[in-house]
Amino acid sequence: MNMNHALLNNRAAHNNETKLKTEQVSLFYGTFQALRNISLDIREKAITAIIGPSGCGKSSFLRLFNRMNDLIIGARVDGRVVIDDTNIYDRDIDVVELRKRVGMVFQKPNPFPMSVLENVAFGPRRHGKKNRHELEGIVERSLRQAALWDEVKDKLGQSALALSGGQQQRLCIARVLAVEPEVILMDEPCSALDPIATLRIEDLMRSLSSDYTIVIVTHNMQQAARVSDMAAFLMMEKDRAGILVEYGPTSQIFTNPQDKRTEDYITGRFG
Amino acid sequence: MAALTISRRELTQRTAFSLLVLATAIVTVPVLFIIIYIVVNGAGALSWEFLTQAPSQAGKAGGIFPAIVGTFYLMLGTIIFSLPVGVLAGIYLTEYARANWLTRLINMAILNLAGVPSIVYGLFGLGLFVLAMKFGMSLLAASLTLACQALAMTITTSREAVIAVPREYREGSLAIGTTKWQTIRHVILPQALPGVITGAILAMSRAAGETAPILVVGAAFILPGLPTSPFDQFMALPYHLYTAAAHVPGMSKVTIWGIALVLLVVVLSFNSLAVFIRIRVRQRRFGS
Repeated sequence: MNMNHALLNNRAAHNNETKLKTEQVSLFYGTFQALRNISLDIREKAITAIIGPSGCGKSSFLRLFNRMNDLIIGARVDGRVVIDDTNIYDRDIDVVELRKRVGMVFQKPNPFPMSVLENVAFGPRRHGKKNRHELEGIVERSLRQAALWDEVKDKLGQSALALSGGQQQRLCIARVLAVEPEVILMDEPCSALDPIATLRIEDLMRSLSSDYTIVIVTHNMQQAARVSDMAAFLMMEKDRAGILVEYGPTSQIFTNPQDKRTEDYITGRFG
Repeated sequence: MAALTISRRELTQRTAFSLLVLATAIVTVPVLFIIIYIVVNGAGALSWEFLTQAPSQAGKAGGIFPAIVGTFYLMLGTIIFSLPVGVLAGIYLTEYARANWLTRLINMAILNLAGVPSIVYGLFGLGLFVLAMKFGMSLLAASLTLACQALAMTITTSREAVIAVPREYREGSLAIGTTKWQTIRHVILPQALPGVITGAILAMSRAAGETAPILVVGAAFILPGLPTSPFDQFMALPYHLYTAAAHVPGMSKVTIWGIALVLLVVVLSFNSLAVFIRIRVRQRRFGS
């Protein structure tokens, strides 16, 4: 993976600026507390992996950043979630604008039952781009960025549902890229894919991370180790609320964890 | 040798299977019998004249053209008034209404609406559209009356079609910064369309077959011509059939079966259309 090496070197040149952060964030679903007092700084143009056992609130944590938890009735957030310098849970925040800046890729590939082209053009169209020429340009650029262009350039008019699972997931990434976000959230993006498709997505993530801030939730330790720059380990307390146990550079989390619980999890003693 | 004889379990299985076949037959055979009976008895009445002429001699001669046209007008009127309201209400109830006691009450009321006897709708229409709103005995009053009755079905089918759209599509759309309305308009509605259309067409074919409600809001047994405005009275197949069969002495049986056959064809062809459109839309959306 020479390309990745080049990217890695390139990444070292980046400053360590914080793009996103949570400050003492707690999340409640009704009376149930899903997350407790999580404070975390996420670096710009790097890949941050959120790992932890099932049910520890990894996905709920990820969904704080684009306010996807808002869709759940009874969800309530305490503390601050900050992008650049803005608390996104402030009263005057336009959630629609926020989600343009913070895109999301889901566990199961969810292309719309439309053509490949319409899937990618969906976001730009809704945001008011009507010029056919411009839209086609955006579609091509996004599909190239998502490393899918060569495979689909001759079938842009065909249904996206006819693509393979891995292609569908890259299409969903292209759909997000088409609205030019700054942050891409990925919620176990490879859990429904075979190993080859998984590796392609991981390559893609590495190449995207030079331009985008990526946060990925994964239950796959190897994936977190392969792909991420920083890793956060979450687990549940006795009342099932998720807490942050340890956060640091991925190499440190995997080779020299500071917390006994992280070590137990990494070495496969539970979870 | 126990393994080779029919076991108890096998016997139970066969009995259950026979019962299922029997139940299906009980449903299917009478329907087929009715259709065949009507076709055999009514086919003799069918002629170009029967389908294109106005009736004369109290329906004993001439044709049923105005009744056919009147029934189509009714179906059209019903759908024009009930579909938009039904779809919008269905979207509101599933996507916007809060889950509280009021919404539950409304949903329950809609379900009960379907159980209200059709003559009650007729009297409601008579009171509201014919008398209070002064539309008179007219095509408009009848369309509105039938539309009220159809609402229960159009709202319910729209709701179900909207609910059936997978959550992943909503999330995928919202996650790239679209508004709730854009998501409904461009993702949910196109997905829900086959269900909505099916409900609408079934509501239309049901309206085509209604007799009791239109009886009191504007249907006439014999009219010399077609209605020329929504405020005219009109003929309709089911009411024409009822009057011809019950109130015209010396009416030929063949004519009566002929009217029944035409009504049946209209209703069944609309039901088939519903199935056809559903299949087509689905193929278009999910085909490769």
